[in-house]
Amino acid sequence: MFSSAAIQEIEEIRTKYPNPRAVLLPAIYIAQREFGWLSPEAYEAVADLLGVPKATVRGVATFYAMYKQKPMGRHLIQLCTNVSCMILGAERLLDFLKTAYGVEPGGVSPDGRFSLVIMECIGACGTAPAMLVNDDFHENLTEKNLPEILEKYK
Amino acid sequence: METVLLKNIDSPRSADISEYKKVGGYVSLQKALGMEPQQIIDEVKKAGLRGRGGAGFPVAMKWTFASADPKFPKYLLCNADEGEPGTFKDRPILEKNPHLLIEGMVISGHALKAEYGYIYLRGEYPAAKHILNAAIKQAYDNNLLGENILGKGIVFHLAVHQGAGAYICGEETALIESLEGDKGQPRIKPPFPVNVGVFSKPTVVNNVETLSNLPYIIEVGGEAYAKIGTPDCPGPKIFCVSGHVEKPGVYELPMGTKLKDIIYAHCGGIKGGKKLKAVIPGGISTPVLPPDKIDCPMDFVNMPKNGSMLGSGAVIVMDESVCLVKVCHRALKFFEHESCGKCTPCREGTGWLSSILRRIEKGEGMDGDIETLLAVSANMLGKTFCPLGDGAASVVQNFIKHFRPEFEEHIRAKKCVVNG
Repeated sequence: MFSSAAIQEIEEIRTKYPNPRAVLLPAIYIAQREFGWLSPEAYEAVADLLGVPKATVRGVATFYAMYKQKPMGRHLIQLCTNVSCMILGAERLLDFLKTAYGVEPGGVSPDGRFSLVIMECIGACGTAPAMLVNDDFHENLTEKNLPEILEKYK
Repeated sequence: METVLLKNIDSPRSADISEYKKVGGYVSLQKALGMEPQQIIDEVKKAGLRGRGGAGFPVAMKWTFASADPKFPKYLLCNADEGEPGTFKDRPILEKNPHLLIEGMVISGHALKAEYGYIYLRGEYPAAKHILNAAIKQAYDNNLLGENILGKGIVFHLAVHQGAGAYICGEETALIESLEGDKGQPRIKPPFPVNVGVFSKPTVVNNVETLSNLPYIIEVGGEAYAKIGTPDCPGPKIFCVSGHVEKPGVYELPMGTKLKDIIYAHCGGIKGGKKLKAVIPGGISTPVLPPDKIDCPMDFVNMPKNGSMLGSGAVIVMDESVCLVKVCHRALKFFEHESCGKCTPCREGTGWLSSILRRIEKGEGMDGDIETLLAVSANMLGKTFCPLGDGAASVVQNFIKHFRPEFEEHIRAKKCVVNG
């Protein structure tokens, strides 16, 4: 079940579209925020509220990389490894994250602090290598400043 | 050159409406709302504006098709799904100059007699979402969006629709599917979106940078605008340069600026004085170029003659330390990941290309692998549902065309011959 605040938020977004089905992507985002990930309960909440079959909700959600199909750590690291970041050292950063925090791409660190997702270009190529932590961009990363940046995320 | 698209972005308050108005913002809108829709389309035609998303389609032509369709309501969609690797040209507009885009969209909406607009924003730009939503609210509060814009009886509503991490949604029909709440898989064309687009209504999809040109076109007029750039491709262009240059970043320059000048004159040349090895001129889907091919104007006409494409104007510069087999493999891993799965040549082809490149890179390449790569690419090219598959195939073809010995050496030596 969605919280009443979430239901109200979805209803407000729905008014922006002539076709109620168009609210599906925003509603999945809200479900992810409410439930932490797209758990069976999250899918059920979206399907019930919008009157769309659960299989359809799941079919749409699994198409998109940013909808999370498993539980996440407290903070989400989205590290870009596409060409501009790769040629400026993103792979070394990836190795560093694996060693320093014990987190694998697609996984969660053992202490539940970080989830790590490999990204396909986050539009920060001029300041590569780069990552998003939650909603924050961090650019011009090095093995030196990376742990300093992550220190802020407890 | 005076900047048009990146004007005032260094001001810390550039995203605020009062700051935008201070530098002449929304004056063009006032002027445009006093013009007939057809007059605006005529100015855009005189301006020779071509779509900045990569295809370079004449904007006035697209608009004329949508405008001529008798169905209402009409929709204007802004493609802010900037996902082409290497591309970060729209991000400064979205984050630093959102009112330029909004003003451009209201002007365009009036020209198209479209009453509804959406900005389809990629999920990877969370900051831009908040900035755009705040700017849209300011525009509503100032009667620049809504039911009776500036008291002229013009209606235009605008909202942000956030994508969720699918490169393919930058393709306009996939974008429409995604906006409607579905998987972002491209539609067959025809019908074209200008006739049957979002919610089955006439729809124009334009890139952020394209729409952001509108205020300036209205300000100076199409003829004056067309004096910037080249006769075939007028206007300013944002080039975003990454990789091994001294000064990477966004550069607003006249369309047709030479690739060589972008790299050496504007970006300070190759980082650390190293030797240039290769350049991808327009985002990862555009054919790679060797150093002897960079003395070429960057526009929609000259770059194809030079064996590549302008694409999004995303220049990726690679010095001699880069292994191009590895870059080619990384590019194909991207296409494999982002193929939407709808059509077989792309779904299967990107996977096979990526697998073969992986084994060459790992030192497990076999005799005949290069021929297999070329055969698979040839079987994809022109046979996929949308340009994603063509892009993937031509990436492989062009890396091999220009750098075949490096691929052969990897297979022969059974290891990376660039970095050991």
